[in-house]
Formats: sequence, C-alpha cells, structure tokens
Amino acid sequence: MSVTTGNDTLMEAAAERGPSVRGMEIATAVALMTMGGIAIMDSLRIGAGWSSDGPQSGYFPFWLGIILVAASLVNLGMALKPNAKTEGALFATWPQLRMVASVLIPTTVYVAVIPFAGIYVSSALLIAFFMIRFGEFRPVVSFPSGALAAGVAFAVFELWFLVALPKGPLETYLGY
Amino acid sequence: MEEINLLMQGFSVALQPENIILMVAGIVLGVLIGVLPGLGGANGIAILLPLTFALPPVSAIILLSCIYWGALFGGAITSILFNIPGEPWSVATTFDGYPMAQQGRAGEALVAAFTSSFVGALIAVVMITFLAPLVAQFALQFGPPEFFAVMFLSFACFIGLSKGSPFKALAAMMFGFLLAGVGLDGVTGQLRMTFGSMELMRGIDFLVVVIGLFGLSEIFQSIEEGLRFKGQSAKITMRTMLKTWSELPRHWWLFIRSSVIGCWMGVTPAGATPASFMSYGMARRMAADKDSFGKGRVEGVIAPETAAHAAGTAALLPMLSLGVPGSPTAAVLLGGLIMWGLQPGPMLFVEQKDFVWGLIASMYIGNIVGLIIVLAAVPWFAMILRVPFSIIAAIILMVCAIGAYTVNSAEFDVVLMLIFGVIGYVMKKLDYPLAPLVLALVLGDRTEESFRQALLISEGSMAVFFSNWLVGSIMVAGLTLMFYPAISRLMQGFRPKAA
Repeated sequence: MSVTTGNDTLMEAAAERGPSVRGMEIATAVALMTMGGIAIMDSLRIGAGWSSDGPQSGYFPFWLGIILVAASLVNLGMALKPNAKTEGALFATWPQLRMVASVLIPTTVYVAVIPFAGIYVSSALLIAFFMIRFGEFRPVVSFPSGALAAGVAFAVFELWFLVALPKGPLETYLGY
Repeated sequence: MEEINLLMQGFSVALQPENIILMVAGIVLGVLIGVLPGLGGANGIAILLPLTFALPPVSAIILLSCIYWGALFGGAITSILFNIPGEPWSVATTFDGYPMAQQGRAGEALVAAFTSSFVGALIAVVMITFLAPLVAQFALQFGPPEFFAVMFLSFACFIGLSKGSPFKALAAMMFGFLLAGVGLDGVTGQLRMTFGSMELMRGIDFLVVVIGLFGLSEIFQSIEEGLRFKGQSAKITMRTMLKTWSELPRHWWLFIRSSVIGCWMGVTPAGATPASFMSYGMARRMAADKDSFGKGRVEGVIAPETAAHAAGTAALLPMLSLGVPGSPTAAVLLGGLIMWGLQPGPMLFVEQKDFVWGLIASMYIGNIVGLIIVLAAVPWFAMILRVPFSIIAAIILMVCAIGAYTVNSAEFDVVLMLIFGVIGYVMKKLDYPLAPLVLALVLGDRTEESFRQALLISEGSMAVFFSNWLVGSIMVAGLTLMFYPAISRLMQGFRPKAA
C-alpha cells in the first residue's frame, strides 16, 4: 500500500535537516555502477565471448553490466548537475530516519534471532515490542497478544498447511 | 465460435464447488491485502504462492488471480474512506473519492468505484476471451528471435513511457536482469556471480525480492510518514446502491473510454497506475466544468477505477498468450506458472486448454463474486484500519518473513528480504521504478535463453533480430518506443511555436 506524503508543516523548523536527495542519488548511482562493475568482472572471469558452442556464460551478463554502468553514469551526471528542483531537497529528515531506524533495527534483530529462537518465538517478541514501543500498550496486554498471533501462525502453517518453519528450543521442548 | 465452446468448458472447471470456495477465499484475502499497508497484489501473491503447491494448477491460479481482483477492489476502500491509496493505482481515486466521503457521500463513492472496477474488468475479460487465443495462435510461429523481440518490446516500453527518468528505469531493469543471472547458468551449467557463496548458488528468488521490495519498504515508508488513520465511516445501504446504479448508465461513454485506456495500458506493460491517472486526466479535460473535479465528482471516481481494473485485468493477456506479463503482479503469477511446471507462452492455449479457459472463466465469475463481497462487507474491511498500526505493522513483518522463508525453506532468504526492503525504500524515494526491476528478474532467464538461442541460429550475428518482417517490425516498434522521449523532443523542436 502506498501512502501519500503527510503534512510537512507540522514538522518543526529545526527538524528540517537530513541527508540530501543529491547525496543519496550519487550514492545510489555509484552503488549500481559498482554492481555493474562486479558483473562485468565476473563475466570476464568465466568468459564473455563466443565459444564453439555459442555464447559463453558471461556473454549476456557482461553486456547487462556495461549498460548498467552506462545508465548509472548518466544518473550520476544528472545528480551532479545543478538543478533548481533538487537543490536543498532532503531525502528524509533526521527525525524521519530515526523513525525508520526504530523499525529497521528491531526487524534486523528479529531476522537475526530467527535461526536460534525459531520464527514463532521471535515473532511473538517482535509484535509485543512494537505494541509497547509504538502503540503504547502495557506489557500485560502486549506479550499475550504477541503470543496469540504467533500461536495462530503456528496453527495455520505448522498444523494446517503442514509447512515447516524455523523452530527453536521452545518448540522442541513442547515436542514439535 | 470456438472460443465460446472453450469458454463454456472453462466455466465447468471454474464452477466446481472447491474452485468457488477458493474464489471467495481469494477475493476476501485480496481485499484484505489491498486494504492493509505493506501488502499489495504482487507481494501478497508472492507470500501465498508457496502454499499453493498442493493444489492443481488451475485451482491455484484461480485462488491467486482472485487475490489480485480482491486487491484491485480493496485499493478503492482506503482511498475513499481514509484518503490513503491502498494500492498505487488507486491514488487517482482519492482525488474525488475522499472529498465525496467528507461530504457524507461515501456510500455513493464506494458503489460507483466498485461498479466501475467491475465494468472495467468485465470489458477487459471479454477482450481477453476473444483476443488472447488469436495472439497466441499468431505467436505459435514465433521462434527465439521473435520471443526476444517481444520481450525487448515490453522492456522498451518501460524506458520510453516511464514517467520519471528513462535512465533510472534502465538502471533498475539491468539490476533486475543481473539478479536473475545469479546462480547456475541453465545452458552451460556454470556458476555466475555467486562469489563462492553456497547461498547464492540457488540464485535469487524473485518472490523473496518482491516481498522485500513491495512489502517491507512500504512499512518503512509508512512509518517515516508517521502514518495515522483518520477515516470516514461508511455503510452501503440498498437505497444508496440502487440510487447510484440508476445514475451510472448516464456515464456510459466515460466507462467505455476509460476501459479502452485501461486495456491498452494493461497490455503494454505500462500498467494500472498510469492508466488510472491518464483516464482521470482525460475525464477532467473533457468535462464542461473542470474546476469541480477534485471536489467530489462521481466521474472522478469512475474514470480511474474503470481504467485501473481494466488495465490490471488486461495485463494477463500478454502473460497468457505470450508469456510476457504486463504488470508486476502478472509477473508473479507467471512465476507461479513456471513453479507449477507449466511452460508459459502460446503453447499453453494448445496444451493446457483446461487451465487457460478455466482461468478466463474464473475471471468472469471472480469479478461478480468480488463485487458482491465488497458491496456487502465494506464496513468490516474498513474496520481493519482501526486496528492500531503498531499491531498491523508487526504482523505484516511476521507474514513477510514467513512468506520469504517458505519459498525455499532458507533462512538466508529472510535476510535477503530485509536487504531488499531497504533497497526498495531507497529506490522508491529516489523515483527508481520497481516494476521494470521485477519484470526483468522474472523474465531474465527466459530473455537470455531466447537471446542465446537466436544468436546460436545466426552464429552470432545480431542481424537475426531483423532477419524477417515479423521480428524486424517488433524490434523497430521496440526501438521507436524506447527512444520515444528523444524523438518527441526532436519533433517539438521542429514544430513552429504557436503564438
């Protein structure tokens, strides 16, 4: 679901700082260029030419890499060119990025914990954390809610659809 | 009429009780997906795809395509009631839909939106019924050069017709192609771009990428914008329904025009989103009093909804008949065909008659079922958005993680999903289009295959792509579309300026 931009006027003037669009454009163009470069190098390693049985494995990716580098060079040029529209435009303000980080960091921890604790326990904790942190629910409500959601997921996937998802010590203890 | 007979056979497949149940389940799930932030047609289907292996292919595609119709319907609910477009193609619906709701005409707006969606889809399905077999028959004479040319044409559309920078579309597309190339080369058996990593040997699954790009990135974006749902409430009574329906026939010309725009934009991979904007723009331009648009005109709801639904449906035409999807969601469905062991392309119409016609018949029934469900259940669906975002966001993150894991039962895929969530967030904010990336990722292997086969035939000469009138004209059309922005700018330079 995509969401239109909210009301910026509420944002305090002091908050109007953050990484610029131009900086992010340059970084993205350089990153894509690097990807293209890596693809070109790997293609040359395995052979990007023509062999007795037709085009070699690297033939197609080699040219894709060239096009990606070329397109990114143009994008880089566009970003570097002075442009009234993007001048001073922000990619996002620091408070906005802090909001994003406040979701991204717990999600990263969540993904990192899944191999050890299993997906159900991790999910229950994630939901409880979100409820406490963003919804201002009390822990007494949040933890049971998280457990309930994970329990429903367990019933749907493990018991109903018979899809095995990562499980941890708790599930082993319970005999699954 | 052979098509009619085949269609009747299709109805007998689609009307089996278990398929009807799947249809209803699909529509309900689809509307849910369309209403929830972070879940859309493409990634909702991507998450559920691995669960459909146990079903016969025709039941699986009925379930998944009904999710797609449901998502198309659902997008309108949040646009009108909450001024939040549930899907990108319902952005244009907010322009007049939300003002209508504010004036207490939410019921009227919703009935108009759902009915328009239904009409748009119906016209597109009729087109598919009669046009798709012809296109497929024509495509049966295609060889590898022609197939490459068709894919070239659809990718060229993205570059030439993109709203933003064509070079960004090109970069996103090449990124997608390269991702598709990771792993085992199907022709020579060589490992490419894996850099010794065992996890990358499997290749990068497009389902995982779609879940990250469309699902996670949405959550990041919503939270950045401090999402708060502030909605109008709505109930559709029989009286509003009948009153709105009695007024709709007056707009018959608008329906037809919007459907034509939608069908056209859906077949070319421009997709539902530009179709809805274009249709809204046309309706506004042709109206006697332009200024009343944006303040709650029912035409402002009919035009984009009809076009979006027609485009979303028409996107399945090239997917079925050529194996080239017209939208990211159609691309995910195409990936499903491959996973169920079906070979997409014109041969489907010859070898898998039950599958193709069962699907087409289910589009007719599915849209009727969908219309009934959304009309009856709007208040319940709207209630979902009253659940606090903190809970919805966390549950969606969990569903995305489970979806990414089930694709290959690999924990690494969950990590990939997270990485692509961040990539999608940055790309969206910088106006890099995601659709060409997804299409390139899905079609990458087949594009490369036909490219290499074509070159094998010609022993390496690119002239093979212009060797006969058929492949040559497709290539020329592709090149023209690709350079369309440059050509039109050139033309404008020559034209004398009007005073």
